[in-house]
Amino acid sequence: MGSALITNTIRFILLIATQVFLLKNTGYYNLSIPYLYILFILLLPFGIPNGLLFFLAFITGLTVDVFYDTLGLHALACSILAFVRILFIRLTVQRDGFDNEPEPRLGIMGFRWFLFYTIILAFSHHLMLFTFETFRFSEIGYTLIRVVLSCLFSTVLILITEFVFYRKKLR
Amino acid sequence: MRNLWLFISKYNAFFLLIIFFTISLVMMVNNNSYQRASVWNSSNHIIGSTYERVNQFSSYLVLGKTNDSLAAENARLRNLLKSSLYSDSIDRVTVNDTNLNQQYTYTIARVINNSLHQQNNYITINRGKRHGIEKGMGVTSASGIVGIVLNVSENFSTIRSLLHTETKISASVDGNIGSLVWGEGVYDARFAILKDIQGHLIIKKGSRVVTSEFSLFPTGTNIGVVSKSAVKGGSSSLDIEVKLDTDFSALQYVYVINNLLSTEQLSLEALNKTE
Repeated sequence: MGSALITNTIRFILLIATQVFLLKNTGYYNLSIPYLYILFILLLPFGIPNGLLFFLAFITGLTVDVFYDTLGLHALACSILAFVRILFIRLTVQRDGFDNEPEPRLGIMGFRWFLFYTIILAFSHHLMLFTFETFRFSEIGYTLIRVVLSCLFSTVLILITEFVFYRKKLR
Repeated sequence: MRNLWLFISKYNAFFLLIIFFTISLVMMVNNNSYQRASVWNSSNHIIGSTYERVNQFSSYLVLGKTNDSLAAENARLRNLLKSSLYSDSIDRVTVNDTNLNQQYTYTIARVINNSLHQQNNYITINRGKRHGIEKGMGVTSASGIVGIVLNVSENFSTIRSLLHTETKISASVDGNIGSLVWGEGVYDARFAILKDIQGHLIIKKGSRVVTSEFSLFPTGTNIGVVSKSAVKGGSSSLDIEVKLDTDFSALQYVYVINNLLSTEQLSLEALNKTE
C-alpha cells in the first residue's frame, strides 16, 4: 500500500510535468493534441474506492487546468473519465480475481484489453474536453475531427509509454 | 431512508460524477471569460435570431409607411438641390455675391392610375389644388421626366404623360436642342423620338438627352439615352430614338415641379401678345 502511494505520486508528478512542459507545445495544427496525463488515472489500482478515484481525477484535471489557464475544463473531462473507467472495469473485469490489488497495466491485462481500455477512456475524455472547450454546437464537425485525431495521438503515446515500462515490469 | 441510502451507495459512481461534473462546470463558467461569454451569447443568439425573424415579417406591414417617408425625404432633398435653385447673382465684377434663391419646389405625389398601351396615355396622382398643384406644371420621377399636369381637381390631378402624341418637350442632346415627341409610328413605352436636330450633326449612340433651358422642367433633368440615330428619308433633320430613363410600367411616386418664377415669366411674355 505504501509503495503504491509512492509509485503513484511519482507517476503523477512525472506525467503532469511531461504534459504541461513538453506536450503543451506539441500538436498537429491544433487538430491533434496529445493528453498523456490521463495515463495517471488509467493506471490507478483496481481496488481504489470510487470516491477516491473521482477525487484524484478531479485533482489531476485541476492541476493541468492551472497550467493551461482553463480552470474547470480538464477537471470536468477527468470526472467523466473516472466515471467511464468505473463502468468499463465493472463490465470487463471480475472483482476479487487478482492478488495484491493489481493495477490495470499492459503487462498484466494483455495488449487487447489495454488497447480498448485506452481508446475508450481517451475518447470519452477528449470528447468532453473539446466539446466544452469549443462550447458551441455549430462547430461540431470540426470538434469531432479534433477528438478523433487527438484520441489517436494520445493512445499511441500511452501505448509507447506503457511498452517502455513493460520490460521493467517483467523483470 | 435506508433504501435511499442503499440506492445512492449502489450507484455511487453516478452521483459522484454529477457532483464533480457540476463543480467543474460551475468553476469553468465562473472563471473562464470565454465560456461565460458563450453561455450568454448562445442564449442571445437564439433570442436575437428570433427577433430578426419576427422583424422580417413586421417590417412588411409598415412597408407603405416606410416608402412614404422615404419619398417625402427625397422630395425634401430635391428642394435643396442646386439645380432647383435660381441664381440671383448678376454678372458684376465689383460684388462677388452668389445668392441663390429657390426657383423650383417639388411636391411628392403617388400615382393612383396609369396607362401605357394607348395612343394617348394619362396618369392620375393623389395631389390636387389643395396641395398647390396647378395646370402646366412639370412632373418627374426619381429617374426622369414623366409628363405635364393637365387638369387639376381639389384632391387629384391628371397628367398628360410623356407617352402622349401631343406632348412635346424641349430637349437637348450634346447642346443641340430639339423637341421630344412620342408615338410617331411606334407606341413603345420605353422609347421616344427626338426631332428637329440638324441632319449633318453626328449624335452618338449612348449620348444623354436632358431637358433644355426652354422647357418647363429644370434645365438638365434626365430624359433618356440615345439608342438610335438616323436621317429619315427626304428630311433634313435627324430622327433620334431615345430610350427613356423613366420606367413608366413601374411608376409609383412622382414629383410635381413648381416653378416659382413661371408666373412672372408668363405675365411678361403675355405683354408681347397684347402689343
